[in-house]
Amino acid sequence: MVAAQLRSQAQYRTSFAIDVVGSVLFGVLDIASVLVLFRVVPTLGGFGFAEVFLMAALAVTAFAAADLAVGNVERLRVYVRSGLLDAVLVRPLGVLVQLTALDIAPRRVGRLVFGIAMVVIAVGHAHVRLTPHSLALLVITPVAGAAIFGAVFVATATVAFWWIESGEIANGLTYGGLNFTQHPITIYGEALRRLFAYAVGFAFVAYYPTLRLLDRADPLGGPVFLAYAGPLVAGVATAVAALLWRIGVRHYRSTGS
Amino acid sequence: MAIGPRMIRAYLALAAAGFRRYATYRQATFAAAATNSVFGFLRCAVVFAVVDAGARIVAGYDRAQLATFVWVGQGLIGTVLIWAPPDFADRIRSGDVVTDLLRPVDPVWHLLAIDLGRAAHSMATRFVIPIAVGALFFRLQTPRRPGTYVFFALSLLMATIVCFGCRFLVNAAAYWLLDARGPHIAWTLASGFLGGLYFPLWFFPNAAAAALIVGTPFPSIIQLPLDVLVERGSPADQLVLLTIQASWVVIMLALCRFVQRRGEEKLVVQGG
Amino acid sequence: MTLIEARGLRRDFAITSKAGWLRRRTRVVTAVDAIDLTIERGEMVGYIGPNGAGKSTTLKMLTGILSPSGGSVRVCGLEPVPQRTQLARQIGVLFGHRSQLWWDLPLAESFALLRHVYGVRESDHAARLARARRLLELDAFLDVPVRQLSLGQRMRGELTAALLHGPHVLFLDEPTIGLDIVSKQAVRAFLTTLGATGDTTIVLTTHDLADIERLCRRLIVIDQGRIVHDGSLEQLHARHGSRRRLVVDLDEPLAMPLALPGAIIESVQADGRRITYALDGNVTSTGEILRRLTEVAALRDISVLEPAIEDVIARLYLRRSSDPVHDAAV
Repeated sequence: MVAAQLRSQAQYRTSFAIDVVGSVLFGVLDIASVLVLFRVVPTLGGFGFAEVFLMAALAVTAFAAADLAVGNVERLRVYVRSGLLDAVLVRPLGVLVQLTALDIAPRRVGRLVFGIAMVVIAVGHAHVRLTPHSLALLVITPVAGAAIFGAVFVATATVAFWWIESGEIANGLTYGGLNFTQHPITIYGEALRRLFAYAVGFAFVAYYPTLRLLDRADPLGGPVFLAYAGPLVAGVATAVAALLWRIGVRHYRSTGS
Repeated sequence: MAIGPRMIRAYLALAAAGFRRYATYRQATFAAAATNSVFGFLRCAVVFAVVDAGARIVAGYDRAQLATFVWVGQGLIGTVLIWAPPDFADRIRSGDVVTDLLRPVDPVWHLLAIDLGRAAHSMATRFVIPIAVGALFFRLQTPRRPGTYVFFALSLLMATIVCFGCRFLVNAAAYWLLDARGPHIAWTLASGFLGGLYFPLWFFPNAAAAALIVGTPFPSIIQLPLDVLVERGSPADQLVLLTIQASWVVIMLALCRFVQRRGEEKLVVQGG
Repeated sequence: MTLIEARGLRRDFAITSKAGWLRRRTRVVTAVDAIDLTIERGEMVGYIGPNGAGKSTTLKMLTGILSPSGGSVRVCGLEPVPQRTQLARQIGVLFGHRSQLWWDLPLAESFALLRHVYGVRESDHAARLARARRLLELDAFLDVPVRQLSLGQRMRGELTAALLHGPHVLFLDEPTIGLDIVSKQAVRAFLTTLGATGDTTIVLTTHDLADIERLCRRLIVIDQGRIVHDGSLEQLHARHGSRRRLVVDLDEPLAMPLALPGAIIESVQADGRRITYALDGNVTSTGEILRRLTEVAALRDISVLEPAIEDVIARLYLRRSSDPVHDAAV
């Protein structure tokens, strides 16, 4: 199914090129909107340019990877409203698999590639010491981060099973999450931190790992091991999202629509 | 161009229809306003971090002005409507646009009237709610000069028209492009980055910001109304901004009518 | 008074198709091939033909949304393409596949908006709306948003909308397509009433034979871009010798199938138990033939098949291609 989609998409070469370029530009926008702030101030939340650059790069990479993999789940809203979901439910494959794998968007890879490039540059710029340990962290972090974002995508999309018109709210957590993770969490107030950083787990996408990579102590007093908690948080988030999804599909099946 | 007194009544009726139509989208409206509020908190944290890290004033804004910039900005998003489903483009692609051509009203004015009705409705919801939330949790700067209220009202109207013009052009690309992704992506990027949505444009080097403000329509949608509201500069400065906006209103509307006429010609001559 | 006049009206389309890796082949398709049309005020004209014959293309040229490749056309004294906006006030158009109503608004609001858009006098608008409400039974769904209406309801709304500004000419492109039978009958009854007043000229394209029979006093048949008939339905059948068919199912097969004057055996099936006759109405009547048949056989079932319009047209084309003299108008 994926191969067939890739083939038919490759036929539209020009629009494909436009998409990839656009995808890269979105990545540029993600990073630039954070770095621009340093034109007017030297530090942000107590962190310097190099540090925030790395944080933003890791966040963007994680988001772009999640967007590539499960980004299409937000189309659930369209499927529910138009009744297309019924056709999807009848097929033998899982609903989530169909929604995401059926329309995998290779064009979104532009943003991901750009994000990875930015991570490489940021690592160089911040003079991160490249040991096996730090390299492992550099690889695991975006993967775990992608899983966390992916879980948020899926969980927020499930709202559509109950409340079609509310699709907008999902953006608050998905794109809001991207916005949140690009900056050091020290800039956020207590309430915001508790919700986004810890409850949803966004702090583990970029903030804590970056602290570890740069050998900086957490101004908020968090212990060092938090940097490695990413995969664990991702696991929990994925489980929660999967559960919500199952409940949602069951609810939809039972109520009809 | 057909703008006689009889047509004025027609356009008013269309605006009223636009108002009523959006009044039925209650859930979506409030959900969107809620999202705007969430972003308000997030962006406020960022701008405050900037202000706290720098001097009391950053790029000509103080803390209260920046808070106002963020929260009223979020209110603006839904009022000028930066992101809207590409209904007109869909009509062009499906061919339904011919029914628009068979009516004795110009499609541009027709859609603009409906959009202004929508904006009027949004004033009561998507504009007011984020600002109320912001005012509840933060100290916002209310205008010091009574004239600012009038200026801002004008500015808001012009921002809505310029935004409409941009969206119309993005949709009208469907006359020529089978796939609207390019213009749509360009618009999303430009409106955010170059419009003052993510951060005040004055965070850029002055020359760049000025060039954007004068040379592109995007700042007229978000940046300029907000600068007018927070009273960045003197009343004379506010008038300058209003003049720039007015110029872009004229340019965008002329461009829309030009593109629409070209699109109609293509449709009529080539058969779509 | 002649309301629609076309002379040598032509429309070509350039179709490009890929021929190999990079090359493109362009061929010109003539959708409408130099047709002449004259329609007077108050006429009810059916404009029919097979799919792809050029019906919709002609209609688009008459309403101004498609420019002709050649020839001349005037509707209500105006040139449709250059004076489209002016013409729009004089004509009403209903495309069966498209909607002119505002999708998210209640039907009643669409009507109210149209009054302003066309600048119709309050009293005129109210009178027309009242008549439509009565004849098309709109009251049940006047307050429903258009997107929630069934096709039948929507079409009745569209028909009303097309007439609210009192147009001189009403163009209908497949108005009954996809409708349930009740809605079809309502639409036909309404159009018949409208046509009877003589104020509105009606031009309609349709595939529905019942539409043609009930609504069209005059029938213009177009095939492959050319007009092949311009007269009444009876004249069409008469000219091209299309016949009704009588299919009889017998209890027992006849030793020798019965030949009757005015009834030519077209086919014999099911071991002689089913005989299909082609009837010539001029020679004998269906009743007479049935009487003769029952004298010699026990009939299990009969059915009478009306001549299909597609058959007529197919025959028309065959005759035309072998007959060099092009006889269009009757």
